[in-house]
Amino acid sequence: MKQIPLLIFLLLAGFFAVVLFKGKDPALVESAMIGKPVPVFDLPPAIKGKKGFASRDLQGTPSIVNVFASWCVMCQLEQGILEEIGRAEHVPVYGLNYKDTPEKTAAWLKKYGDPYTAVGDDRKGRVATDWGVYGVPETFVVDARGFIRYKHIGAVTDGAYQKIFKPLLAELRK
Amino acid sequence: MRICFLFLLLMALSFSAAAVEPGEMLQDPALEARAREIGKNLRCLVCQGEAVDDSSSDFAKGLRLLVRDRLEAGDTDEAVVNFLRGRYGDFILLKPPVENKTLLLWLTPLLVLGAGLCAVFALVRRKT
Amino acid sequence: MIVNIGHSALILALFVALMQAVIPLAGASRNRKKWMLLGRRSAAFLFMLVSISFAALIYAHASDDFSVLNVVENSHALKPMIYKISGVWGNHEGSMLLWVWMLSLWGFFVERAKNLPLPLQARVLAVQGMIGFGFILFILLTSNPFLRISPAPLEGMDLNPVLQDLGLAIHPPLLYAGYVGFSIAFCFAVAALIEKKVDAGWAALIRPWVLAAWIALTAGVASGAVWAYYELGWGGFWSWDPVENASLMPWLAGTALLHSVVVLGKRSALGNWTVFLSILAFSFSLLGTFLVRSGILTSVHAFASDPARGIFILALLTVAIGGAFLFYGWRAPQVPSGAGFSAVSRETALLLNNVFLFTFCMTVLMGTLYPLFLSALDLGSVSVGPPYYRAALLPLLAPFTLLMGAAPLVAWRKGTLKNLSIPLTLTGMLLVIFFPLLREKPLSLLGFGMGGWVILATLHDAWKKTGNKAPRSYYGMVLAHAGFGLLMIGITATTLWGQEKILWMRPGDRVEIAGRQLAFLGAHERPGPNYEIKTGVFTVDGGTMTPEKRWYPVQEKMTSEVALQLKGFGLLYLVLGDQDTDHPERWAVRVYYHPLVLWILLGALMIAGGGLVSFTDKRRTP
Repeated sequence: MKQIPLLIFLLLAGFFAVVLFKGKDPALVESAMIGKPVPVFDLPPAIKGKKGFASRDLQGTPSIVNVFASWCVMCQLEQGILEEIGRAEHVPVYGLNYKDTPEKTAAWLKKYGDPYTAVGDDRKGRVATDWGVYGVPETFVVDARGFIRYKHIGAVTDGAYQKIFKPLLAELRK
Repeated sequence: MRICFLFLLLMALSFSAAAVEPGEMLQDPALEARAREIGKNLRCLVCQGEAVDDSSSDFAKGLRLLVRDRLEAGDTDEAVVNFLRGRYGDFILLKPPVENKTLLLWLTPLLVLGAGLCAVFALVRRKT
Repeated sequence: MIVNIGHSALILALFVALMQAVIPLAGASRNRKKWMLLGRRSAAFLFMLVSISFAALIYAHASDDFSVLNVVENSHALKPMIYKISGVWGNHEGSMLLWVWMLSLWGFFVERAKNLPLPLQARVLAVQGMIGFGFILFILLTSNPFLRISPAPLEGMDLNPVLQDLGLAIHPPLLYAGYVGFSIAFCFAVAALIEKKVDAGWAALIRPWVLAAWIALTAGVASGAVWAYYELGWGGFWSWDPVENASLMPWLAGTALLHSVVVLGKRSALGNWTVFLSILAFSFSLLGTFLVRSGILTSVHAFASDPARGIFILALLTVAIGGAFLFYGWRAPQVPSGAGFSAVSRETALLLNNVFLFTFCMTVLMGTLYPLFLSALDLGSVSVGPPYYRAALLPLLAPFTLLMGAAPLVAWRKGTLKNLSIPLTLTGMLLVIFFPLLREKPLSLLGFGMGGWVILATLHDAWKKTGNKAPRSYYGMVLAHAGFGLLMIGITATTLWGQEKILWMRPGDRVEIAGRQLAFLGAHERPGPNYEIKTGVFTVDGGTMTPEKRWYPVQEKMTSEVALQLKGFGLLYLVLGDQDTDHPERWAVRVYYHPLVLWILLGALMIAGGGLVSFTDKRRTP
């Protein structure tokens, strides 16, 4: 009876140790959209000279959807990797331009790189909310049937490419 | 006395100093009231602990507008909340749903109180 | 130079703490008076060394010593002096040093105490020394505030503007005094387990220490609530944030301890339970330290985290709490089965009080940790916010308050409920009188009723006692309980009867709230010490209110300064929102009326004040 406090405490401490060693970032919200079909949408072009895109474009082949904005500082870091992924993995990379303007977006893409097959204008961010987006940048991997398979929060790094995107896309291609 | 008043002036205990802006509010007061209630129960995901109704962040603002749009389109309160749950998961709710996995959470007060009352009962019934 | 002295003092303190941990403990078990006295010398010396260290850090901040990394990361030359000083503990490393300083301060108080038997005092100081050793080691190895940066930058990175407020000077020191104060009860518990003596005498000795820590923690929690709500602008006085919960849990356990000590002293019962609570209260303080600094939970209050620190603190926790509970399981004395409690008696009422407080405590713990449980077991993610705590705790508050009012009216050993009849009648009359005013919101009737019951029952009993000399601790209890009643009424009124108006205002516009006319005169800008200010000027009932928005260029943060005014029975709370970018003469304005909100503050002050009054009661038995 008097041993109960010790037992409960040891249980708790053990649990904390597990959590610490797992090292998950508590601020990250896990995506509720994994395994669900992409929402239905149709976005107009965000800049001149590039098409917009819609949910039907995401059927037929695996693809990457990247949520970005010209006002987003972290987004600057991933343009290079996105281009590489698109090229090396032979997948279209779609840009979801979040709460932005055409002039600023066009200038930004010129400066930091444009890996996109098409860029959709999500001026009010409604479509992004449909995707469960809560910050930028976020990047989704969609399979050939149009189902969301993975969501990456924060800028895509080379490490993420090698460890997550590469094997996942290889599997989706089968 | 002056100092006392000054001290009091410097202090406040405020409640629900919401971040809703006048530009966001709906014309229909009944719909607006529903929107506020829903907003009070949604977690701002980029804020670490605030409700969507209370946060001045862009994300919260966006959600407030979304909730109002859907209410104006005719959704019930439950439909609006479920829409957001489907997109962001249960984490967006400030009140955890009552399901199998949260059963222990919801039963805790009753279980602990029950155990405590049993102990009191046992102690009271003890004869010399 | 001074910084080096501070650093060296802390290193020396580590060894003194070690000495304090070992020698008096050995001295007590071998009955070596010299060794036990050495324990006392060490505690005094430790306090001196940590004080020197802490003073050195304050000096570094106050003198803008940017060769010290801690100063660079948290300060700025233009910051007003009061925030340079209080900013010392506005970051992880500095606040850990504050924590350790508090520990050495409490140890010093124990050293100075004249009424403790030497072996007991020696053992208490020894355990205190162990805790000190652990935490000083933690600071030196993972969180050293004296680290240098070279070359020294010309300027610092400034303190988060939200922390540049009077509250930073008040809240953390009080809070830490409370958190750390419960370490003394913890040490007393371990000492009692070593001596296998848990009796009324021990209860009498420990009571003032529990009371002192409890008063500080009450003031600490209350000051945090006051501070957050006028400064941080997200409103409410409590948001059930994990770090807030981490301060509530030791308070709940501490309050339970306060009451069970009374039973132990009066009836020599609940000894083991009291020892358990003494360990539990400080365990919650330690748990709070872990939650805030390990990065395991997100919170607006959390310091920047580092998993290495988390592991170290967890290790400290395991040794301290695990060790204490191990000891408890092994050495808590066998309870002699004496007579049980009578069903209607003071001791049963106090026991029920403990049951409720313990239930509240466990509920808060569960709510705080549950999201972590689920996500660690990969069962998905839930969030536990205010709606859970309200639903789980409010229903229990009614029986709890009923008990609070009733208990002092019931005699020890064999009591009756007949003393309750008059206060119950009075409360009923009160509700009848206020019914027309409150009936629109039936829940407020309940809140008023509960608060009113506590006040009436307590004051009626005190009134009956005038003429007979009741001990000071009785009046302390009266003040504290009445304060709690006031607190409840204040919370009920403000939460349920508050008013709110949100609108655009142009200069010349008026709005009515709480029967008053608020007029907007316009906005103007001016520079401040380390920020730029936009002030909105409003008049109401002949007085002026000037809410502000402040822009801090160094950290690129905007804060909102609320304007307040007493109006009738409540406060007018005015916030200047955003300027309309399309129509710059228009501003978003949010104005609230919070009835009886000051009763919450008054209630909290009375609770802490009641503790203070009880503390001055010099009797040996509680």
